Amino acid sequence: MTLTEDPTTTADGPAKEVGNARLRKEDARLITGKTTWTDNMVLPGMLHMAFLRSPVAHATISHLDVSAAKDRPNVVAVYTGQDFKDEQGTIPCAWPVTPDMVNPGHPSIAVDTVNHVGEAVAIVVARTRTAAVDAVEAIDVDYENLPVVLDMEEAVKDGADLVHASTSSNTSYHFVFDAGEAGTGSDTDAAFRDAEVTVSRRFVQQRLIPAFMEPRSAVVGVQGDNYTLWSATQIPHILRVMGALTTGIPEHKLRVVAPDVGGGFGGKLQVCPEEILALLVARRLGKPVKWTETRSESLMTAHHGRDQIQYIDVAAKKDGTVTGLRVRLLADMGAYLRLITPGVPALGAFMFPGIYKFPAYRFECDGVFTNKVPTDAYRGAGRPEATFAIERIMDELAVELDMDPMELRRKNWISAEEFPFTTVAGLEYDSGDYEQATQAALELLGYDELRAEQKRRRESGDPVQLGIGISTFTEMCGLAPSRVLGSLSFGAGGWEQASIRMLPTGKVEVVTGSTPHGQGHETAWSQIVADELGVPFEDVEVLHGDTAISSRGLDTYGSRSLVVGGTAVVKAAEKVVAKARKIAAHLLEASEDDLEFSGGKFSVKGTPGAGLGIQEIALAIFAAHDYPEGIEPSIDAEAAFDPVNFSFPHGTHLCAMEVDTETGFVTIRKYASVDDIGTIVNPIIVEGQMHGGLAQGIAQALYEEAIYDADGNLTTGTFVDYLLPSAADLPTFHTGNTVHAATSNPLGAKGVGEAGCIASTPAVVNAALDAVRHLGVTDIRMPLTPERVWRAIHQGGDGGDRAAEGSNAYGGARTTESGIEEAAQ
Amino acid sequence: MIPASFAYARPTSVDEALQAIAAGGEDVKIMAGGQSLIPVMRLRLAAPETVVDLTRVTELRGVREDGDSLVIGAMTTHSDILRDPLIAQYGKLIAEATETVADPAVRHRGTFGGALAHADPAGDLPAVALALDAEFVIAGPGGARRSVPASAFFVDYLTTALEEGELLVEVRVPKLGEGWGVRYEKFNRVAQAWSIVAVAAAVRREGSTIAEARIGLTNMGSTPLRATATEQALVGADVSLETVTAAAAQAAEGTEPSSDLNAQADYRQHLARVLTGRAVRAAAGL
Ligand SMILES: Cc1cc2nc3c(=O)[nH]c(=O)nc-3n(C[C@H](O)[C@H](O)[C@H](O)COP(=O)(O)OP(=O)(O)OC[C@H]3O[C@@H](n4cnc5c(N)ncnc54)[C@H](O)[C@@H]3O)c2cc1C
Repeated sequence: MTLTEDPTTTADGPAKEVGNARLRKEDARLITGKTTWTDNMVLPGMLHMAFLRSPVAHATISHLDVSAAKDRPNVVAVYTGQDFKDEQGTIPCAWPVTPDMVNPGHPSIAVDTVNHVGEAVAIVVARTRTAAVDAVEAIDVDYENLPVVLDMEEAVKDGADLVHASTSSNTSYHFVFDAGEAGTGSDTDAAFRDAEVTVSRRFVQQRLIPAFMEPRSAVVGVQGDNYTLWSATQIPHILRVMGALTTGIPEHKLRVVAPDVGGGFGGKLQVCPEEILALLVARRLGKPVKWTETRSESLMTAHHGRDQIQYIDVAAKKDGTVTGLRVRLLADMGAYLRLITPGVPALGAFMFPGIYKFPAYRFECDGVFTNKVPTDAYRGAGRPEATFAIERIMDELAVELDMDPMELRRKNWISAEEFPFTTVAGLEYDSGDYEQATQAALELLGYDELRAEQKRRRESGDPVQLGIGISTFTEMCGLAPSRVLGSLSFGAGGWEQASIRMLPTGKVEVVTGSTPHGQGHETAWSQIVADELGVPFEDVEVLHGDTAISSRGLDTYGSRSLVVGGTAVVKAAEKVVAKARKIAAHLLEASEDDLEFSGGKFSVKGTPGAGLGIQEIALAIFAAHDYPEGIEPSIDAEAAFDPVNFSFPHGTHLCAMEVDTETGFVTIRKYASVDDIGTIVNPIIVEGQMHGGLAQGIAQALYEEAIYDADGNLTTGTFVDYLLPSAADLPTFHTGNTVHAATSNPLGAKGVGEAGCIASTPAVVNAALDAVRHLGVTDIRMPLTPERVWRAIHQGGDGGDRAAEGSNAYGGARTTESGIEEAAQ
Repeated sequence: MIPASFAYARPTSVDEALQAIAAGGEDVKIMAGGQSLIPVMRLRLAAPETVVDLTRVTELRGVREDGDSLVIGAMTTHSDILRDPLIAQYGKLIAEATETVADPAVRHRGTFGGALAHADPAGDLPAVALALDAEFVIAGPGGARRSVPASAFFVDYLTTALEEGELLVEVRVPKLGEGWGVRYEKFNRVAQAWSIVAVAAAVRREGSTIAEARIGLTNMGSTPLRATATEQALVGADVSLETVTAAAAQAAEGTEPSSDLNAQADYRQHLARVLTGRAVRAAAGL
């Protein structure tokens, strides 16, 4: 790949910007620290908030005295749940997946009871951040412990202890999708009754923490009865609506700004209790306030991801043809339902069949309350879980049938001629060629040589064994079609908005409702507009993330920005050109039909030389001295786009893994992936998204796990114990692409933000199992810690639970008393 | 993660430092590179009244020779160690272990003395110092010096023989020259992480026999430990895969490792045996 700063120019005019490997225009600023993170905001007279957080997982607050904290220097106010109980409402849940879903409500600050470690119990407001933190220690609080509910399989039993006394069980909802009933497939029970072979497994999707780099932060400014909330959020538009509904601040009196945002991965797709409390405190005091979390606070209280137990059964014929799929999930909601907590596993429902032609399919999911921090969106949200389960069980089926795992997949996947293909889950897959991507990936990996080496190592009994893991995946992305989201009871649509403002000097402002938090929207949108309007890339400025500037939008998640938001930009640009055409015709004294528009210029067909640039027209219409009757003096335009379908990226990921059987240590020997994400707007951005996604997907397989001890304390309360890999721990990624344009948007783009994260996890686990299956290992729980791998090899089983104690580095810090406590010595 | 407030002193000599420590009140913390102290203060596991920062005490920084010994100043940073020619010649075991410590940023500030005074059982340098029978030179209030052998320096979890008011000045280790082979075998899950278990091995060969063996174990108890049984089994033995493997099988004898999310005790003991075998094989040139 070549990195070009300037697009090459050909004889026919400027080369296309779309497809050009542009360096990201936002990066120089971001990586040299010329940024405005929310925590950089300083308002005159601004106060600081710090929280007292619950050190226990489930208790009634029996005593709470904040008077000593009020007397601490520089403290302005101290509040408890009693102070806000009548106005705090509940953190909104926008996805009631079933009509009878139980939602006990989610107070932003605990009033009588606490339901997870880290829940806010009191707020200190002080003139400095340090004064606020110091005063938290002076609060006197006692708890009366209640039974702690942590294990989902226990929690759903009759007579289990309850997380919420107001509910009759810990099950929030029971969601079912049955293809037979939906008319998209045949009867699942019959398929299993008649099956020649069935394979059943129980897989565990461990709890993960999004671990964005920039901690959450919120600043509220007050101007009379107008409020501005700056927040490190992925969703300023949704936050505005929800913030208004929750606090009662009228929507038109609330402006939300997401300035530079340093990563989110779904973790900032939330209406956070702290954001609501910042608004309430600012309103109560009439003063600006700031809250920025510490890293420990973030790990302990920002929402987590995944955490499912998956029971999956597959039915097949002896020749390998799959005949049925049955999935039952327990999905850990944590203590409360946040914005889309219940919807994440339900979204996965449609992806368990993967790329295979299952005739019958049934999915059931119980959302289960536990005394842990709520789960919610995390990169992939529902789809990594589904992809993991199907790609793992296809390997298990191959073993059962003594078939090559790729052969089994090939026998069952949708072939290129069959697109568009409606699956058993009722989705219409748009385009692709699984065989082509697979062939390319096999070559990239050097599959045959590695298989030969694997054989040699097995035969010689090498202590380091080699395995190859496969993941042939697809995902639904570009969250999207509003009517489909409506049919799934999602609380919002999936359209996106863009407007284009043509400035007098010919420069272009693009306003987008897609709010980036690291993805490079400014670069990609500029490339699109440069092509559509024929203006230089440098002449385009992209504005976003401020509800006063971009009033309509649905923000960034679900790999939707380019597919939906980028298309809205295309649509707006088309309108600009259409409006400019009328003015060009007028000024060139030609018929509109005789004009052609290319390279940013209108010219009269057959009359070389004569022409008018769109940037000149922008000036002409600003002056507005001479323009046609009956039109408005503006070529600015606005568009909203709502696609009719999702898009379905796919790909083949292959992982070669070395397993040291003496220690259990696993090392990725080589990783190759070929992804089809439709048309590529910027190859560098795509490569970056793939690498980051792969890192996170591999990290789920090998490194990350949020662990709670038996009392409900988060043991992985710092990055010493919540293990993230760095570049030093990851292999070189051998990536490639095939291109089958999406059919649901004019760009032909499919979305790439989550692909690597969705695809890679099962490839890695399958690879490790492939290396040691001949030693009797059939499953290893994620993450594949060396200890688990070693135990699985030498003691059988899946490696089992890890000890819950945190490691002793740093004196064994762990999250309990007022956030952190020394491990018992 | 905001430390409680504290008074701060930045002396420029050992004498000044000792005075600042004496004058600092009830709870004084010496700060070297701050790479362990500051996190602990930010997590409010420690809230000292006074912090005495040694970064400007230049006399504590650097490596020199004294006869058969290397003398390493307490404030010598990890990255100093990695660039030092004397260490490269006579202190390869220290260099190998130091190279595995954290990342370049931490190694740039973190110090040899700080890492030893902190005495984290998961830290990489204590086991090396113990294996080398290092001597710890300590200055007390008023400037008096005493010397403590490594076997008496590491007392317990995060606890050393350093008394209140005392300061670690320098550490003396024997030069390992001709005939010595060394290996620091560290086992962790990601590059910048602490050791789950590690083994420091130094072996001197005389022809085809092992004349001396020194083996230190990291994170196999509340202090660094010597694998004494393995050492004894090795001395006088032939350099062969069989003798080394048999000796390494005794590496976990007498250890009482903790169980945590990285490893339960039985697995740690297994690792100690495997890693000792690997470290000794490499050190003995097998
Ligand atoms: C992210 C990270 C990863 C790390 N990974 C590793 C690792 O893999 N392996 C490893 O071994 N270490 C690791 N460390 C710790 C690192 O080696 C530290 O440098 C070391 O533990 C402490 O050294 P320091 O100079 O920073 O000491 P400080 O933090 O300044 O002090 C540590 C303790 O020693 C005391 N002290 C310091 N100097 C003296 C003295 N001269 N006299 C008396 N008392 C003194 C202090 O009072 C304090 O109690 C890591 C640290 C970080 C931040």
